[in-house]
Amino acid sequence: MVQIKRLQEGGADIIAVIGEIDASSSIDLDLAIAKSVGEGAKKILVDCSALEYISSAGLGVFMSYIEELRDKNIQMVLFGLKEKVVNTFEILGLASLLHIRENKSEALKLANELSV
Amino acid sequence: MITIATVFKSKTLIRLAFLGSAIAWVILLFSDITLLFSTMQGLQPDVPEWLPRLMLTVFVISLFYYYRLRIELDDSLNFTDLLWKVFATGLITTVVSLTFRLLMFLLGHTSLATNVVFTDFIYQINLALLVNFLLAALVCWKRLILYHKSKWLLRTWLAFDIILLTILVYDMLGTLMPESLRIVFNLILGVMLLVLSANMRWVAYLNFKQKWTSLLLLLLVFFYLAYFFYTVGSGAEMIAKATTNFLDFRNHLFIILLALFIVVYGIFSFLVILFNLPTSSVFEQKLEEVVNYQRISQSIQTEQDEESVYNILLESSVSSVFADAAWLEITGANNEQKIFTYHITEQETKNIREHLEKNQVKGILDVGSEKTKNLSKYLSSLKSSRFRSILAFPIVVKEENIGTLALLKELPEGFNKEMTRIVSTFANQAGISIENFRLLEEAFQHARYKEELKIAKTVQQSLLPTKLEQDHDFEVVAFSASADEVGGDYYDTLRIDEHKVALIIADVSGKGTTAAFHMSQMKGIFHSLAQQQLDPREFMQRANKALIYCLERNSFISASFFVIDTTQKKIRYSRAGHCPVLYLRAGQSNSYYLKDKGAALGMVRNSEYGNYIETNEISYQSGDIMVLYTDGITEAQNGKGDEFGYEHLASALNEVSTASAKEIGDHIIKRLYEFTGTQNINDDYTSMTVKFKA
Repeated sequence: MVQIKRLQEGGADIIAVIGEIDASSSIDLDLAIAKSVGEGAKKILVDCSALEYISSAGLGVFMSYIEELRDKNIQMVLFGLKEKVVNTFEILGLASLLHIRENKSEALKLANELSV
Repeated sequence: MITIATVFKSKTLIRLAFLGSAIAWVILLFSDITLLFSTMQGLQPDVPEWLPRLMLTVFVISLFYYYRLRIELDDSLNFTDLLWKVFATGLITTVVSLTFRLLMFLLGHTSLATNVVFTDFIYQINLALLVNFLLAALVCWKRLILYHKSKWLLRTWLAFDIILLTILVYDMLGTLMPESLRIVFNLILGVMLLVLSANMRWVAYLNFKQKWTSLLLLLLVFFYLAYFFYTVGSGAEMIAKATTNFLDFRNHLFIILLALFIVVYGIFSFLVILFNLPTSSVFEQKLEEVVNYQRISQSIQTEQDEESVYNILLESSVSSVFADAAWLEITGANNEQKIFTYHITEQETKNIREHLEKNQVKGILDVGSEKTKNLSKYLSSLKSSRFRSILAFPIVVKEENIGTLALLKELPEGFNKEMTRIVSTFANQAGISIENFRLLEEAFQHARYKEELKIAKTVQQSLLPTKLEQDHDFEVVAFSASADEVGGDYYDTLRIDEHKVALIIADVSGKGTTAAFHMSQMKGIFHSLAQQQLDPREFMQRANKALIYCLERNSFISASFFVIDTTQKKIRYSRAGHCPVLYLRAGQSNSYYLKDKGAALGMVRNSEYGNYIETNEISYQSGDIMVLYTDGITEAQNGKGDEFGYEHLASALNEVSTASAKEIGDHIIKRLYEFTGTQNINDDYTSMTVKFKA
């Protein structure tokens, strides 16, 4: 089960992911990112501080947006990942494809830098 | 056989009853004529005086049974059929009677025509015909009265039957009652007659046409009765002038009473039908509503689809409230908008909708409200529309509003509360039917999905090797188990040449048939590329290139590819997002993970992938152990939700550092099961153990 909240802060869309993302709940994550992209957000920050677990399907969601975000010049930064979760990203090699930061301010800073 | 026997039996009984009545009548006729003739001639009659009376009784009883068997026990007759029977009997008897009248007319004033005996003969015939008609009517009336049986009614009827029989016997005896008793008796009979005549429930079941038919038939019945009473009355009078010693029906209380009953009930029926004529359309409408309701609720059983439920709903609602137009807007199961219309164009519905929106009517028309709404007052300001009343209903499926039914009338204030209630019932029932459809569809889908999984599982199992490549320098064992839902764990070995063996372990993201499909592609790629003696990094790059055309946007495959070179005693490998290799050096007590760079296949879908993948090389010595595995092992959880993890896996290997590959593999799985406390792990899990020989 996952709960996803979206809010705007500092000119960025913040998507907070709370709970676990498995095959079925990955659809919610996909929808949330698609909405932000669809609404024309240029900076998307994904708050993973309450993300307990992510399955390969959930990782697939992040992966599937890499190209689209690059084409549309949208910066997505993940932050607050738990060690276990970040490990999953790293093993798959996704950590080097995505931007990952420790906390929100760093994430926002990076997003701002990248969008210049 | 039983039915045939009963039919045969009842047919015989009918014939017997008819024959009995015929014989009784013939005896009645001749004895009465003889009596009359003897009296006229002043002779002592050869037949006893009571004989005609007795025969009349026998005649009445057997004829009654004849009609009882023919009409009362025939279940196939409906109400108008019964009236028709009475009418038909009346018609036949009247025609017969008229034939004799014609005969009399032709005879003119001949001596035969004026002969009293001949008059008695004609009179007896007419009387028999009248009794015939009355009895047929009695049996029919009984069926009508007893249509809605109740204990009390049955008892009353039984009492009535007994009284009729008593009167018949009393008539036969030919004695006269005292005046006071007669009055009391008549009073009781009168009350009983009224009570019985009040049973008119059958009238309610007649439709408009049947009511008219019934009225006509009843009128004709009255006409026959009038004719007969006139005929037998005048006949009796004529004979009475000559003699009193004949069977005068006017002294026969039974016939009088019977006729009275037939007439009273006939008049009651006539009046009740007449006054019910205006309301019959309401009753029919109610009936139609019930039928419509049934149609909606039964539509699911007759293998119809959602569309037909919508059509039935629209049709039923329109016909139930006499709407001039209607539309039904539905969001289908796969989110498509559908609109069904009746006597209205889609443009018109759009206009009305827009108009209501413009007036900011928070009604049902913007899906979201769950209440029936009468929006008529807002419609009056829409000048271009011909409609003046609108009523809208939500269609709710699984507590979710999936559509709107709107009914329109050209009259203002065209819908009343009753109509609202009916259509609301229809809408609810349609919602239930559609919900059932969807549930059924889901069940089908689920069954199909399960069947697919079965196939996928078989495919997946067949893709895994039955035998692994062994070497004088190392041994390889593997273990793989899959969960109920098919995942995509894959491992394989391939001998490249005498000194080189390729190994692969991969995990396809996703589940089910697609996972099995991608797994088979991975197997094809492995078998074709591994033979080409490629550098592991090159292998991954080419595999990635081949896979990006068939992997969905959010699917990827994690894999590790190894080439073991036994002459150089080296392992060259590349890790594409797969779990890091667990390695234990011979003689050391602690195993470690080979953590190197590498993105999963399908993650980067262009030539840049080469930047995210590398070839690594390690040398091995005899006694080294290499454990390959999928995340099903490290992510396996125990009851508390803790994962088996890297530490448990490493320490499991540490415990058996000197064992054979088979023993090591078994030990790891054993430790895994000990940790989880079950062998039912909710994912695929695979391990492949390579042990280098001494």
